[in-house]
Amino acid sequence: MKPKAKSPIFWPLAGLVALVLLNAVHDLGFLKITLLDGHLYGVPVDILTQGSRTMLVALGMTLVIATGGVDLSVGSVVAIAGAVCAVLLQGGHSLAVTLAAAIGTGLLAGSANGLLVARLGVQPIVATLILMVAGRGVAQLIVDGQVIIIKSPSFEFLANGFLLGVPFAPLLVIALYAATHFALRRTALGLFIEAVGDNETASRFAGLAAARIKALAYIFCGACAGLAGVLAAANIRAADAYRAGENMELDAIFAVVVGGTALTGGRFVILGTAIGALLIQTLTTTMYNLGVPPAIAPVPKALLIIGVSLLQSEKVGRWLGGLWPKKEAA
Amino acid sequence: MTKSSSISSRQLPLIVTAVIFAALFGTAAHFYEGFFSARVFISLLSENAFLGIAAVGMTLVIFSGGIDLSVGAVIGFTSIFTATLIERHQVAPGLAWMLGLAAGAGLGAGMGALIHFFRLPPFLITLAGMFLARGAGFWISTDSIGIGHELYGKISGYEWVFGTVVVPANALFLLAVMLAGWGVAHHTRFGRTLLAVGGNEQSALLMGLPIGPAKIGVYTVNGLCAALAGIVATLYTGSGNPSMGLGLELDAIAIVVMGGTLLSGGRGHMLGTLLGVLIFGTIQAAILFDGRLSSWWMRIVVGALLLVFILLQRLFLRRKRS
Repeated sequence: MKPKAKSPIFWPLAGLVALVLLNAVHDLGFLKITLLDGHLYGVPVDILTQGSRTMLVALGMTLVIATGGVDLSVGSVVAIAGAVCAVLLQGGHSLAVTLAAAIGTGLLAGSANGLLVARLGVQPIVATLILMVAGRGVAQLIVDGQVIIIKSPSFEFLANGFLLGVPFAPLLVIALYAATHFALRRTALGLFIEAVGDNETASRFAGLAAARIKALAYIFCGACAGLAGVLAAANIRAADAYRAGENMELDAIFAVVVGGTALTGGRFVILGTAIGALLIQTLTTTMYNLGVPPAIAPVPKALLIIGVSLLQSEKVGRWLGGLWPKKEAA
Repeated sequence: MTKSSSISSRQLPLIVTAVIFAALFGTAAHFYEGFFSARVFISLLSENAFLGIAAVGMTLVIFSGGIDLSVGAVIGFTSIFTATLIERHQVAPGLAWMLGLAAGAGLGAGMGALIHFFRLPPFLITLAGMFLARGAGFWISTDSIGIGHELYGKISGYEWVFGTVVVPANALFLLAVMLAGWGVAHHTRFGRTLLAVGGNEQSALLMGLPIGPAKIGVYTVNGLCAALAGIVATLYTGSGNPSMGLGLELDAIAIVVMGGTLLSGGRGHMLGTLLGVLIFGTIQAAILFDGRLSSWWMRIVVGALLLVFILLQRLFLRRKRS
């Protein structure tokens, strides 16, 4: 069971490199990173910083999708967490309390999703749709329909600060990726998740607590979305219940799929997700640079996702199998 | 158990939905003066005409066990597309509508083909379709375009008058599409095939049912419905707007589920979707009547109702299985 042939991150990485090269050909300044006041600046740094929230949400989404599910509620959870932060900071609470509350909100939301999916057996799309619909209403309720401005330098540091010249948010997210990777791949937990996603009944017969593993994936995803909500609010120094996390579920799902994790579950590639998220952020930045109106920006994303899912489909695999004699024997 | 066996499993969810609608409407009528009137009842339909039309197509897709997230974006696209043709290129409204309907059906057919031939997940492909349609709409124009054509004023001003009851064109459109949808869903081979595919695709295939044409067909019909909803919405507002129908797909799905249709496919009734539109409209009207409740309560109440219905469905399925 060692298909050493090709690493799963080959294609997403190739896509990212190609996109970066394309940009570099168009404008060499794209790759330039400057050191200003001891802080790193430049387009690549910007992509990392702006892409960190999608990366974070996509990390949780990867595990949910690996169990064969999907979480549509992450965008709403981002909005709720941001709203919680704003209200608590306005009420004079400390940063630690605020952070704990925001992540706790995410955990709570994830538990609700996990309960519906794992315990009650509701299909994931439906179960998470509930929170997706209601969540934005809850976020608006918390901030009473207002956009609350946040005035807290230490809170803002989380998204816009620099640590030893490197932006803090990507550092935090990369650390979380590394931690998740080791927690899953250096223990049996990752294998358990893949087993549940591959065949839940079989995994249960093999003695796995399938329902608990599934629920954990949703809870983890909720916590990631909660933290992403903190970063989103800190980035714009405000809680915007209407716009925060808008379409984030789509970007996260796209990042996961582009990164090589199968939507059918049973397999996940954490590093691939990170690359997928960066690929999507680079695509967005590229379009800004080329002067494409932001409104049209979804079109290339849509074509990308159709292309990638076609490449992953069995039928196309078989067609291409004839062209490139690849193993991948069943 | 003995009791539920006397009521067919197809009717029970419908009855539950009807009871919930009656309870909601009754509660609202109790609390708000003037709520219990024909005018308010008709407005439940006319205010949500294009949403209801989109929900008819969505019902068929959900029958087949699929989902279509692109409907809101197709509404926005059709709206700006027809408005641009009529206002900027002097195309006759009839022809512009035909082109709009063809575009919606074409997108639906394309998505259906990808879903069927390549066995790709419907929600992912229609998500991509949503991005495509929304992007294309904004590509045509980022601003809304007012339509000055006299036919628009004539149609939107049309109404049926029964004594004191006035039924606007919107509500008539919705009822006509509902009726057509009911016919297609419950009185054609196509509709029965959809339910069979949604119930168990493998069995449907083994029975020799044409699942390919049915699946591609249902996304085509849904694209057509969404485009029609876009045209009706444009008639209603008198202008084409590329951001029309933002997030509408969620409301449409919520309406279908509230109507008692199983989201996993294979079971449901078009009449339930009509009741779903009425429930949705009642919540909206009640919040409007109250005046103190903010608009976001709408989302929360719809979410809560969605939860109630889904839990009821689970309970219902589990009891049937045991």
